[in-house]
Amino acid sequence: MDWVNAIVQGILIGGLYALFAAGLSLIFGVMRLVNIAHGDFIIAAAYLAYVVISATGLHPLLSLVFVVPVAAAAGYVLQATILNRTLGDDLLPPLLVTFGLSVILQNGLLEIFTADSRKLDAGLLDIQTVSVLPGVSVGYMPVLMFMTAVLVIAGLQYIFYRTALGRAFRATSDDGEIAQLMGLDNRKVFAAAMALSFAVIAIAGVFLAVRANFDPFMGPARLIFGFEAVIIGGLGNLWGTLAGGVILGVAQAIGAQIDPGWQLLAGHIAFLVVLAVKPRGLFPRIEG
Amino acid sequence: MSDPILSLGNVEAFYGDARALHGVSFDLHPGEMLALIGSNGAGKTTLLKTICGLISRYGGDIVFDQQNLSGTSASAIASAGIALVPEGRRLFPSLSVEENLVIGGHVGRTGPWNLVSIYELFPILKERRHQPSTSLSGGQQQMVAIGRALMANPKLLLLDELSLGLAPVIIKDIYALLPRIVGQGLSAILVEQDVTRALGFADRFICLQEGRVALEGAPGSFTREEISQAYFGA
Amino acid sequence: MHHSITRSTSESRIAAVMAIILVAALAAAPWWGSTAELRLIGEFMIYLSLASLWNLLAGYAGLISVGQQAYVGFGGYMLFTCAIYLGLNPLLAIPVAGVLGALVSIPVAFLVFRLNGAYFAIGTWVVAEVFRLGFAQISSLGGGSGTSLPIKVMKAMAGSKWMREAMIFETALLLGIGTVLAIYLLLRSRIGIGLTAIRDSQIASASLGVRVERIKLVTYVAVAGMTAMVGALIFITKLRITPDAAFSVNEWTAFVIFIVVIGGIGTIEGPIIGTIVFFVLREYMADLGSVYLMILGAMAIAIMLVAPKGIWGYVRERFNLSFFPVGYRVKLDTEKALKPTDTPGGT
Repeated sequence: MDWVNAIVQGILIGGLYALFAAGLSLIFGVMRLVNIAHGDFIIAAAYLAYVVISATGLHPLLSLVFVVPVAAAAGYVLQATILNRTLGDDLLPPLLVTFGLSVILQNGLLEIFTADSRKLDAGLLDIQTVSVLPGVSVGYMPVLMFMTAVLVIAGLQYIFYRTALGRAFRATSDDGEIAQLMGLDNRKVFAAAMALSFAVIAIAGVFLAVRANFDPFMGPARLIFGFEAVIIGGLGNLWGTLAGGVILGVAQAIGAQIDPGWQLLAGHIAFLVVLAVKPRGLFPRIEG
Repeated sequence: MSDPILSLGNVEAFYGDARALHGVSFDLHPGEMLALIGSNGAGKTTLLKTICGLISRYGGDIVFDQQNLSGTSASAIASAGIALVPEGRRLFPSLSVEENLVIGGHVGRTGPWNLVSIYELFPILKERRHQPSTSLSGGQQQMVAIGRALMANPKLLLLDELSLGLAPVIIKDIYALLPRIVGQGLSAILVEQDVTRALGFADRFICLQEGRVALEGAPGSFTREEISQAYFGA
Repeated sequence: MHHSITRSTSESRIAAVMAIILVAALAAAPWWGSTAELRLIGEFMIYLSLASLWNLLAGYAGLISVGQQAYVGFGGYMLFTCAIYLGLNPLLAIPVAGVLGALVSIPVAFLVFRLNGAYFAIGTWVVAEVFRLGFAQISSLGGGSGTSLPIKVMKAMAGSKWMREAMIFETALLLGIGTVLAIYLLLRSRIGIGLTAIRDSQIASASLGVRVERIKLVTYVAVAGMTAMVGALIFITKLRITPDAAFSVNEWTAFVIFIVVIGGIGTIEGPIIGTIVFFVLREYMADLGSVYLMILGAMAIAIMLVAPKGIWGYVRERFNLSFFPVGYRVKLDTEKALKPTDTPGGT
């Protein structure tokens, strides 16, 4: 039963990894930008929630009402003021600027909040469990987290393929020059995409902070988990990203079951195996 | 005569350090169809892109509908009422046929063109509306590109190499529809390799040579030799 | 019109003479410098070498890696393995670590080269993490808490403390100066012309017959080997290795990237200037701790936005200087012909 239990937990944690991945995948899809500071922004969102909760006493999930719009606004401003200036044929500027942001964020959070780890308390949600199989029970929180991931991805999918904003994202990604002739301002489209990515970052940050302890230096590992989920699932496929997150979560759970030291290693190895065998991911988007 | 809808004064354009246009000037009047001819590299596409705002480094004045376009972004120029049917069509591959048309209307201008009237003009597109734009034939893709530009209800339509890569019979069909599109207040600039066809449709023509206006006037007012000399150079 | 084609410039000849004098003076440092000074210069050489290597990778071959700590740490661990279990003299173990580093980079390249552009960067980071977690599992090397270089290993290198310090210092000097010179010579070679072409335009160089993928692979493997050698040297000076220190992204990649960006990416001079700036800043601001790191990050961002070619790119554009002439210059004999308005061959 230990194994079944571990795998079920791994699947549920895969939802969190999908949340890490979705924002990353979204902005790569729209503007070919890889935000090296993605994970650090997730941690920053967790700290923002921490501050909001400390000040107001809100439940962590309710703090999302505040954290999500603030994060989205921050993403919009970041893109409009800094990142838009780095976009072009050269890959180096956006990578190095976001790398610099990553270092600034980690050390800034360290300055403000110290290296002590923190956790958000979700009250009863943290403790209560539900039995899914004989001998296998899961916590409310991981289930809620997984359901949120499914909803977020369904929402992104809807925005991408059913709304004017999504049409603008896809058109700008296809051909930025012609998209301008449709009256679309590339810079605003990119800023909107970054805002959306940051909204997802905020959700991911709060769930991460409810699930486990966090500290200022946890960002890069979250970036890597998100990235691995994107590549395993297949570039440009949001539902594939969820599958990638689940595969990563299960691989880590199996690794941890063998030996605690193998938890992260097993996840990375699963990623490298997929990269070696199916470099376009398990569910690549079919090009029309 | 009424005020020109478009007026170019001494326009110069640059690609990096290379100058592609050397002081091009002309006026275009409402409802007029201007053919832009010239050999490869004469600067025809560059001129269209400059008018659309896609070439940020240019000199001289471009006045559209009494508004100087200097410093105006491509998206704002589109909203002001200039639409381009680009060379090679350049549809958005990840958008369906209908989405390609709908996004053309994004600028939010009203007028005679909407999905219904576009589908009347090109009935085949209605049948294929939910297909990916990449699944269409070349001629159908050209119809989408024209429809996408019309959806903006522009005052000025720029048509770049409509016949490129299309079968002669399809080119003929598409040109046959042009009179239903241009006129009634819509002006157009037509770039076309096939000079005879272009001159047959245009009210007036301009021949560019190495980025300069080599000849300008009504199609009937010059002999073939004169046009040919302006086209190929001495 | 007469003209001659030349590579050297008058400032490059003056610079060469001065560089030879400087290197000679540095080589004599064990006889004039204190232990602290030797350490500082040695550390300078280590960062100069790492920065020059990363610059070759990112600035020329277009391979933006944030995972070079994989090879620093791997080199360090190989040195410890060779010295502790094979009884090899640590200085001789350095080239062995280099060869092993180059070998291990081949299967790594097979994997990470499947990722394009920006995702390549994170892919290299994953590999470095795999190395870190992997070495933490090897209990004979101390597992997660690491291991120390036994005194007898160091004693076997040389009897006296002064002699050991001098030997380590000269090795650092050799690696630092050697890396810069090797890259200079490489860029003047056929491969170098290909690399410069890739830097300027990947698509154009491919269409002109430059074997882009092959040159990138060779560069990646060579840089991995050299980086592993530097890593081996680093952990001789530290005497102790742990997975976290060996595979630190901050120390072996973030600092290095900042050095190159600040100095000027895609030039040989850039990493040299960047390393000088880095050490000057550290001298004055290292006490600030995390604020110092934030300032470095902000500087790198500001430079990327305002002057993407860094300090050296800015200086070179203003004064047309080149201390490491890699390209060719056409010198026209008449001064009039230098006026930009004259078209070549117009007379």
